[in-house]
Amino acid sequence: MYDIKALYEAESVQHAVSLLQEHPEAQILAGGSDVLVQIREGRRAGVELVSIYMLDELRGISIDEEENIRIGSLTSFSHITNDPIIQKYINVLGEAVDMVGGPQIRAIGTIGGNTCNGVTSADSASTLMAWDAVIEITGPEGVRRVPIKDFYIKAKVVDLRPAEIQTAILIPKASYENCFGHYIKYSMRNALDIATTGCSVNVRLSADKKSFDRVRIGYGVAAPVPVRAYTAEEFINGKEINEDNIRKFAETVLEDINPRDSWRAGRALRRHISVVMAERALKESVKLAGGEING
Amino acid sequence: MAKQYKVVHCRINGREVEQVVDVRASLTDMLRNDFRLTSVKKGCEVGECGACTVIINGEGFNSCIYLAVWAEGKDIWTLEGLTSPEGELSDIQQAFVDEGAIQCGFCSPGFIMTSWEILKSGREYTDDELRKALSGHLCRCTGYENIFRAVKKTMLRRLGKFDEAERVNSQGITDYPEPMPFK
Repeated sequence: MYDIKALYEAESVQHAVSLLQEHPEAQILAGGSDVLVQIREGRRAGVELVSIYMLDELRGISIDEEENIRIGSLTSFSHITNDPIIQKYINVLGEAVDMVGGPQIRAIGTIGGNTCNGVTSADSASTLMAWDAVIEITGPEGVRRVPIKDFYIKAKVVDLRPAEIQTAILIPKASYENCFGHYIKYSMRNALDIATTGCSVNVRLSADKKSFDRVRIGYGVAAPVPVRAYTAEEFINGKEINEDNIRKFAETVLEDINPRDSWRAGRALRRHISVVMAERALKESVKLAGGEING
Repeated sequence: MAKQYKVVHCRINGREVEQVVDVRASLTDMLRNDFRLTSVKKGCEVGECGACTVIINGEGFNSCIYLAVWAEGKDIWTLEGLTSPEGELSDIQQAFVDEGAIQCGFCSPGFIMTSWEILKSGREYTDDELRKALSGHLCRCTGYENIFRAVKKTMLRRLGKFDEAERVNSQGITDYPEPMPFK
């Protein structure tokens, strides 16, 4: 038995919002792979829960009328990895979430929960940052959209106001068209481990595939929240594809990131691997985009 | 606060059931206490060890971090559903016995349910894919190699590759007679 004070089951998104208004102390429960575990640990013992898990309307991936890729917030990691739209347009997201926990965790864990718990190590977060995802939030005042970089406020705090729930994650067309990306997770174990640091890069090459049209790079566990390395991006955009530029790009990420010492790894190690991962992930992205790296 | 109960309707091992559950119960609690399906083990209870794995709508889940009330309308399978009505073991269970993939047996039901999900796909997994698919389970006895071999051999046999299954060596690698045949 879980130490739960009360469980309120939402029957629709609107019902979930009104339940949260009626019970302002209640915690939202999606897949539960964080919340239920925290209840077991005693950290959230005695909570009131609003379960949204049964809301199938929040599951699934589609292309909406604005040509955004729309990922319902309750879509599980395993369904994201196996989805044909994801595989076609943003395969790196499917690969990144395929590194979360183990298979059973990927069956229950949701991308909405992964972002709403506000942790920097979330395997989906660096890729969503790097692809300028937009968070759709539904609350008492209706629906609003927030760019993911503004959604993360500080460690474990996201821009969810009282009685609001995240209902979808959108990837705009301008963000996914002709883009190819790669994610690297550095962790001690291959399965059931949390990233020491994660790095997600994507590129859009020029028409002749000789230079970088747009490069974006996102990190998890390189700062208190997932971050982009904008200085490095500015440096390389428009530059020719060669070893020298890629190396300078990788070194420049240090101007943007601010990793910490933790029991998992030290700041120095995280800074080092951040540079190595930037270089490797960029090279792999160039390869996926059909480009060649000249001396 | 008064205790909260809910009636849950679902299918367990092919049988339609209706059950009153405490809303605080996990699916592990419901399957063990209300249905006596004790193959569903209580291990870590935080979704790390995989001993409580059951198949829900065709996918493997840790039932310990799944609320019993979420079972509403679901199709759930546990190890008890794999044996024949006469109690004979299924091929994958027999393979676990034959390969010494069981010692204390605590992790076996979970491992076998995940194996069942793998085998049901009818696809031939590479060794790496198999290892990844089995990675959500912890075993403290066998060192995993015997488990891996049991699953791999059963997969090959189900695909009609009996010779290849016999050539899976103790390291789980398929030995080919010299010279190596071209693929």
